[in-house]
Amino acid sequence: MELAIQLISGVCFLLGAFLILSGGVGILRFPDFFTRMHAAGITETLATSLILAGLMMLAGWGLVMFKLALIFLFIMLTSPTASHALAKAALHGKLKPITYDQPAK
Amino acid sequence: MNKHTVSLFFILAALWLLNSGIYTPLLLSLGVVSVLFVLWLSARMGIIDDESQPIHLSRNLPAYYFWLAKKIVQSNIDVVILIWRGNKAISPCIASLPIGQQSEIGKVIYANSITLTPGTVAMNIENNTVLIHSLTVQSMQELQQNDMARAVDRLEM
Repeated sequence: MELAIQLISGVCFLLGAFLILSGGVGILRFPDFFTRMHAAGITETLATSLILAGLMMLAGWGLVMFKLALIFLFIMLTSPTASHALAKAALHGKLKPITYDQPAK
Repeated sequence: MNKHTVSLFFILAALWLLNSGIYTPLLLSLGVVSVLFVLWLSARMGIIDDESQPIHLSRNLPAYYFWLAKKIVQSNIDVVILIWRGNKAISPCIASLPIGQQSEIGKVIYANSITLTPGTVAMNIENNTVLIHSLTVQSMQELQQNDMARAVDRLEM
């Protein structure tokens, strides 16, 4: 049982790490600010969830698990707000998004 | 004492108890004092209402979270595939969508759910439209089918 939990949490960590790596690659690869934000979205949603889930499994029932759940809740509530604020600021700063029918010059 | 004050009291008390973990009389009484202080501050600021304590949504919340979690996992997989396929695979686009939600909290939940699913970001909300940036034309079309708006409607029922 102990071993199974450790294995599952290890899989969660590996998947989470892969998603964070993908997010990083996306930030480097994508052409403009707005498309890069989508790549960052991977890191702040599923990647964090998986890593926190892995940590929760290792922590077991108790206060630590609850605190990790709180961290998860706060990230899920604040990250879309922060993304929205960033996008809105860029839009108001007259940053023109690259679109598929109007590629960058 | 309305139900929003009571709900805030229990949430703050639970937060204190579960974060402290030390249950001595001194710390417990300090907890009571801080909870009451925060309640008094919030009441003075006039922020104890159904916007900060949306208890009328809690009945449908688990179903909505489940639906949203599924959506987030799906779109994460989509975007990861797009990242590894590179710039040729993406077709970024912008569109304005109408918001059907009447209440302010409904609009916020809708826009934040759009932003929370990778691949689409709500950039601006004006009156009853939301300006969306999407990583691919497909995910914009998916959003235009209004599945997410209907899920928020079910939440607000």
